[in-house]
Order: sequence, then C-alpha cells, then structure tokens
Amino acid sequence: MKRFIPHLVLGLGLLYLAFALFPAKPAGAFDLQAFGRLPVLMEGRLKPFDTVARTSLLLLQGRQAVVTPDGRTLTPDEWLLDMLFRGDQADHYQDIEIVHPDLLALLGFATEDGAGGKRFSAAQIIPKLDEIEKQDKLAGDTPENARNAFQHAVMTLSSHLSLYFGLRYSLTIPASSDFQADLATYQGGLTAGVAAVRAEQAGQPYDEKAANATLDAVKQFQAMADHGSVLAIPPAEDDPNRDNWRNAGNALLDGVKDRKLDPGVLAYAAMGHAWRAEDATVFNKLVGLNRATLMGKYGERIGKTDTEAAFNAAAPFYHGMVLYVAAFVLAVFSWLRWPDALGRAALWLTGLTWVLATGGILVRMWLEGRPPVTNLYSSALFIGWGAVALCLVLEVIYRDGIGSAAAGLIGFCTLLIAHHLALSGDTMEMMRAVLDSNFWLGTHVVVVTSGYAATYLAGFLALIYVVRGVFTRTLEPATATALTKMVYGIVCFATLFSFVGTVLGGIWADQSWGRFWGWDPKENGALIIVLWNALILHARWGGLVRQRGLMALAIFGNVVTSWSWFGVNMLSVGLHSYGFIDKTFWWLLAFVVSQLAFIALATSPAVKWRSGGRAETAPKQVRGGEPQPLPNAG
Amino acid sequence: MASLFKIFASLRLTVVLLALSIVLVFVATLAQTQLGVWGVHQQYFHTFIVWKNIKGVSVPVFPGGYLVGGLLFVNLVTAHLQRFKLTWRKLGIHLAHAGVILLLLGELLSGLWQQEFQLKFNEGDTKNYAENSRDFELALIDTTSPGYNEVVAIPAALLEKGQPLPLTNSQGQALPFTVIPRAYYPNADIRGPAQQPPGELPGSRLATTGLGPQLSVTPLPFTYSDDELNLPVASVELMGKDHSFGTWLVSAYFYLAPKAFSPQTFTDDAGHSWQLDLRPVRDYEPFSLTLIKASHDIYPGSDIPKNFSSRVRLTSADGREDSEKLIYMNAPLRYNGMTFYQQQMDTPDYKSVLQVVRNPSWKLPYISCLMVAGGLLWQFGLSLVTFISRRKSSAAA
Repeated sequence: MKRFIPHLVLGLGLLYLAFALFPAKPAGAFDLQAFGRLPVLMEGRLKPFDTVARTSLLLLQGRQAVVTPDGRTLTPDEWLLDMLFRGDQADHYQDIEIVHPDLLALLGFATEDGAGGKRFSAAQIIPKLDEIEKQDKLAGDTPENARNAFQHAVMTLSSHLSLYFGLRYSLTIPASSDFQADLATYQGGLTAGVAAVRAEQAGQPYDEKAANATLDAVKQFQAMADHGSVLAIPPAEDDPNRDNWRNAGNALLDGVKDRKLDPGVLAYAAMGHAWRAEDATVFNKLVGLNRATLMGKYGERIGKTDTEAAFNAAAPFYHGMVLYVAAFVLAVFSWLRWPDALGRAALWLTGLTWVLATGGILVRMWLEGRPPVTNLYSSALFIGWGAVALCLVLEVIYRDGIGSAAAGLIGFCTLLIAHHLALSGDTMEMMRAVLDSNFWLGTHVVVVTSGYAATYLAGFLALIYVVRGVFTRTLEPATATALTKMVYGIVCFATLFSFVGTVLGGIWADQSWGRFWGWDPKENGALIIVLWNALILHARWGGLVRQRGLMALAIFGNVVTSWSWFGVNMLSVGLHSYGFIDKTFWWLLAFVVSQLAFIALATSPAVKWRSGGRAETAPKQVRGGEPQPLPNAG
Repeated sequence: MASLFKIFASLRLTVVLLALSIVLVFVATLAQTQLGVWGVHQQYFHTFIVWKNIKGVSVPVFPGGYLVGGLLFVNLVTAHLQRFKLTWRKLGIHLAHAGVILLLLGELLSGLWQQEFQLKFNEGDTKNYAENSRDFELALIDTTSPGYNEVVAIPAALLEKGQPLPLTNSQGQALPFTVIPRAYYPNADIRGPAQQPPGELPGSRLATTGLGPQLSVTPLPFTYSDDELNLPVASVELMGKDHSFGTWLVSAYFYLAPKAFSPQTFTDDAGHSWQLDLRPVRDYEPFSLTLIKASHDIYPGSDIPKNFSSRVRLTSADGREDSEKLIYMNAPLRYNGMTFYQQQMDTPDYKSVLQVVRNPSWKLPYISCLMVAGGLLWQFGLSLVTFISRRKSSAAA
C-alpha cells in the first residue's frame, strides 16, 4: 500500500491542476470570457480587457473580488463592464483602498464607513476631490525624498483616482444614462450643427440650438479624450500607423470633421447599451462581431491576448503555491515516517510544480517576447524556479527529502513575494529605453538572478540544518555531512553565477553609458553577494569555520541577498521617508531579524542541540587553501 | 620577514579583507543618499582612509577602497607566490585569481585614467570638442579676426589662488593685460538684483563693468550630487600697462544658458576685441561630429521611452573618415579611443547630449570576466566530477 503513496500524490496533484488551470466558464448568460479576451492598447502594449480589469483592481484595492452594495460578488470582468458602461452603479462599489489614518481623517472617513474598514466608493470620495487635489499638489511640490507617509498616501490615492476615472471615461460619457441614444441624437444633428457653427464663425445668422448641441457634445468628447485611459478603438481605416489605437473620445473627435461616427465607438456603445439593458443575447452577439472585425486585422496579436486572458484565469503561480506547500509538508513528514514513500511523493510533487512554474514562465516569455526576468515580479518567479531546479538536482542525488523541503519552502516564499509584487500593476510592463535589450536581459539579468537563487538556496539548506539540529533528533551525522556538502556545492555555484552576473552587469553598463563600474547601489548590492560567497569559500578553505560556522555564514547570505534584491531599491526613494514606512521595509527587517536569530541558534553550543554534538563530524582542518573542502567526503 | 610574508599570504587575512570590503561597500551605499555617487567615489573608494568629520576634526574611521583593495591585491599575489603549483587541479584557482587581480588593476587604472566629458548639440550643429562638466576654465577669446578665434584659457584652479596672471598667446607673445582674480566661488547662484536672499553679494561689489553690476551672487556649498552641477563664479580684473580695463563678473551659468545672457566683451589698447567666458574645460578631438537627427521613440499609447538615438556625421580632421553613424541606447560609438553614448535628450538648451568617455583600460574587465568565469568553471567542475565519481564508487561498494 505504502509504495503507492507517490502515485496517489502525483495523481491528486494532476487532478487539482486539471480543475484549477481549466476553470469552468463563469455561469450566467453573458459571455464574459469572450469580452475579457477583447484586445485594447494600454501602457504600450495590446492586452485583453481581462488584464486591465485585474491589474486595475489589484492597484485600487489589493484584491480582485468586488462585492456590490446588494451583496453580489463580481468577477473582474463584470466589474470592468460596470465601470465602463454602468458607472452610476459602479461609483457605489467600495473598491478604492485608503488606509492612512491622517488621510482618512482629512476625508472625514471613519474606518466603519468602508468595506473591510478600508475600502471606499467613488461616490464617497467624489465630494472630497478638491481637497485631495490640493493635498496632492502640495505633496507633488515636496522633493520626493522629503515626502512623509501622509504625502505618499495622498499621491497614491490621487493616482488611483486617475486610474479609476480613466476607466470611467474610456468608452462612454460618465454622466450619460444611454450613450448609444446620445450618439444617435448627436449624429442626427451633426450636419446641421456643423453648418450652424461655421455660420456663427463667419458672422452669419445661424441656428443657435443646433450649434450648441454639437458644441456641447464635442466638449464632452473632449473630456473623454482627455481622461480616458483604455485605448480600445483600433486605428482608423486610412491610418498608416497600425499602433495608433485611440480612446473613444479621440475616435469621436477624429470623426467630427468628416461628420462620421467611428464604427468601433458605435460597437462599444451598443455593447454598453445591451449590458445596461441586461440583454445577454445582444451583448454576446456584439462581442462576437467586434472580435471578428478585430480578428481580420490583428489576428496574430489576438492570439496573444487570448492566451493572456486564459493565463490570467488559470493563475498557475497561485496554484503552484498550494502545491509547493504540500510538497514541503510531505518532505518534512518523510523525516519522521516512511522516508522512502513520502520522500518520493514529495519529489514527484515538487517536480510537477516545477514543470507548472516552467510552463508559466515560458508563457510569460512568449507573451512579452522577452527573456524570463524583466522586472522585480518576474525576478521573484525566476529565483524560485532556479532554486527549485537546483533542489531537484540535490534531491535526485541524495534522496533524503532535504531538496524537496527546501524546494517547497523557497518555491512558496518566492511565489508569495511575486503575488505581492503584482499589486503594483501590470507585471508585463514595457522595458524603458536602456533596458530594452533582450541580449543583456537574457545574459546579465538571468545569470545574476541565478546567483541570487543559489545564494538563497544555500541559506535555506542551512536553515534546515539548524532547525533539524536544534529542535529535532533527526540530524544524524550522515544527514549533517550531506547537508554540509550541499551547502558547500551550492555556494560554489552561487559564487560563479553571482560573479559572472555582476561582471556582465558592469559590461552592460560599459556598453550603455561608458562606465564599467559606477558603485551605484544595485551594483554594490550584487558585489556584496559575490564578496560574501567568496568569504564563505575562503573561510571554509582556511579551516576558519566547520559545519555549524558554514551554516551560520550561509544563513547570513539570505540577509545579503535580500538587501541586494529589495533593500537597495528603498534607497533610491530616500531612506528617510518612504523606505522606512514602506511595508516592504518592515518585512525585510523582520526577515533580517529572523535570520540573525537563526545564526544565533547555529552558533549556540552543540550540547544544547537536540541532535547533540553528534552532528558535528571531526573537523578537517584544510591547510593552505587546498580546495578540498568536503569533510569526510565519500 | 618570513612570518610577515606568511601573514600577508594567509587565508585568514583574505577573509578579514573580504569582510572589510563588504562593510565598506555597504556603508558607502548608504552614504550615497547624502553624497551622491561622485562624492562616494572620492570619500570612500578612491582614497586610502575614510575620514569622518567629528565636531570639526577629521578622524580616520575606516580603511578606504585603495587600502582594502591594495591589501587584497598584496594578499592575492603573495598567496600565489607562496603556494603556486602548476597542476591541472590548481589551474582553475590560479586563473580565477589572476582574473580578480586584473579586475582590481582595471578598477585602479580606470580611477586614474578615465576621463568623462559631455558633448551637447542641436540638430545641424558640428562640434570638435567635448566638455568636462566638473572642471572649468576662464577663456579669453580674441574675436578680432573674422575667420578664427585666438583663445587663452586659464584653469579655474588658478583663479582660486588669487595671484595675478600674466598671459601669453599661442605665439608666445605677452597679452597686453594681466588677469587679477579678485574672488572665486566654486559654486554660486546668480540672480537679478530684485531677489535678495540672505547671504547674497551684490554684483556691484564684484564687478565694475559687464553683466555683473546688475546681478547678485549667492555662494552655495560645493555639491557632490549626481544630478546637480557646480556653477563657479569669479570676479576678475583685467589690468593693462597703466590702467584697468575694469572688473568683470563671470559665471559658468552665463555660458551654459547662452539664450539668457549676452557675451561679455571689451576692446584692448591695440584695438583687439576680446570676449570673456567661464566655461567647462574643453577636450578637442582630431575629428568632429555633426548632429543630423535626434529621435526620441516611445511605446504606442504611452509615454514610456523606448529608445533615444542620435544620427551623426563623423568627419576626421585628416579626411580619412567621413560617414554617418547611429548612436542609440546600448549601442555607443567608439572612435579614436573615445566612446560616445546617448546620455540625455531634449534638455532646455540642447536636443541631444552625448556622454564621452576616454578610458584606455576599458577592455580589462572583459578579459578578467572570462578568466574568472573559466577558472571557477574549471575548479568547480573538477570538484563536481570528483564528487560524483566518489559517490558512484561508494554506492558500488
């Protein structure tokens, strides 16, 4: 029976993924999935409405679900449709997060006024817009590194409100209750209106009513053009620039001269009408028509936006987190019971999750047309991926559950970090000027990130050594020796990759602005990792540290790597204001403190360890820098 | 002597020096929020000792980059002298460490040799010089001849000393006047007389003629920041044989904002017209660059910059080179030992700004990277092979 546990676990894992990655179509008559796949241009790339909906919600309120005042839970796509076409209702959804106490006080909000004590509706905020604008200007006039937490909160709220109203103005006039009818009226009066305006300008008698109706409409379109952020209307037929997507306001203004209404605007107005009228049949038909029109011109790129929408729904990295936890638990239990069966189950599950993460990263690379690491978010994915890959190698060699446990732990942590990084917006952003180089992103960034991954792995393996040694009796001498060899090997790998990656970074800098080494904070962070790994190796070769000393040094590698990964980013915005109040900073600090505590444990006297002094094998003093560091090898 | 050699060659010293360098780099990184990158170079890395000003007294607080780097260098070299053995097993270690030595040397040489300039132009401009943005000079320009200008340049450091400066032109003839520096401020703000912040000096006290009397000067602290310039101001009197031509206020600001200030000129007794400029030190090249077109591309539907590029015509003085080049992000132009990078675009006064670097040792890091990577791969690869074969043999046993 026991020997089928691995098969059972793998089967369950696959079953879980099958359900998770291919979710059932959302129930209801509206084909939300088809709407969510429609492409729009935003922030420099074509992306599906679904991505716009999800990233906007994450920015506005840090989560994707919205609950309406009457208690319905909306999917991101439903929320976006309401934002675009049924704004009068959407304004009452509590979906804008405000937490800073001074900002709440300024707006006169009590926490109980908001959903979950922190989410407020646009309807609540709109009466306070003048005050917010005033405070935003004051904060904007303060130099960035001198702003306090309140000023950062004001500026964040202000940018979230631009995002909010950017969506509201993208496809309809927010105040309009039937935009399709308004457009019909506008078009009916357009010829007369334009004639009247021309007559007025020429100083001839004119139809004042007709002129005003047209001018009022144009003024409203201008507001849509100024504020609308989603460029959902494809370029005009005769526009040679195929990237010249527009918001509805600009598309309408473009048509005034020829007295034409852009068909793209009309299509969305009709879709909005059907959505408001809750007419699913017409809505679905219009979505289909719109898609067919776009397919003719942008077929190849729509393949990508379709994939992206499906990828969003599948959420492979979220499910990966669940599986990594399961693998970790299995591996830990394998140290207590059934080492073979549970160990194998943990290995197989880790392998499955790693394949899932690989797939996820590959899909992102294909969507972006870029190497795997382009920003902080993707670096978290890649560090996890690389560390787990090394763990799999270790586990295949040693078969003692340690590789799987470390994989589960690091895999989970990095995906959790990625999850939180995704709160800052689109994770497939465009690469600014100097970063727009697939060659350097593919070499320097990948190599240096692999160095991070390896340094973390050495640190996590050392954590396992310390925890097992201090708190359990499972750290047998053989296990201790195996862990020591693993840490040593991984530190060697880390030294190679962090050195080469760092120097490649210098070479990139030489190529792009003529300085091999500028001592800037990010470079220094990477250099410290290299120096630290070199220090570990030399301390080991010089016989200055034995097993537990090696572990203590490797754990400090976690601190050094976290400093380079996150710490230095806080410097650039000023250590005195933002860095110290930023949530990330407290997490970093807590992590550093925890690692220092583990180092203290690692250096506590061996007799206090539950595994006792027996873990430590007789030290092998290595003289003269002999690169023969493996104690009792073999 | 032998024991000293042993200390210098010890791994213990290596570990201590690595630890010291980590602390140095970390502290210097933190200091950058205050000092800027350039200030950190001067005070932490390109120095033997890091000094801290404690209550007005400079106190040595930590070994600087030259000391730690130098000792690491000595440590590496002595360790290799002591233990060098040419075996296949050791080849990787030797290669990697030789690479590190080269890297340290390269950084030292860059610190000593590397010069940085800027070349600023608008479309249609041709320039055969680049400007140093940290060092300035007082240029006395004889504009009498229509075809060319005769220039006598005085480094700002001499103005700072305040000694009278008799000058000669390029033919070795003495100029008909002597420059007497009256005051020098390494960094100062120039304002109109209407604004009177505390600490300002009325221009009438610093100048008798030219733009100066209508302006006021506010001395500022010297800045090490990367995004701020030091704009020096000087007051100089030009003394003829028997009379003074007047005292002028000159500021680098006049030169850098030519649209706002007309040039300051005077005529000497022989009827020669002269112009005075306090300007960045120039580095003249045996070739010139003409900006044909500067482009700033953005991603569609956004204001995210995608690329900055300058199309230039490179013309060498000897006529051997005359061709168009495109300088853009990650693709600098290398010519005649100089490298031109796209640095800025659309500044208030210039369409395109190129960073110009002369660094004869630029190739060293490339070589050392290959050596270290190769050495480590060899070393760790050997260890891995040994490890696997031992596991196999132990499994078989």
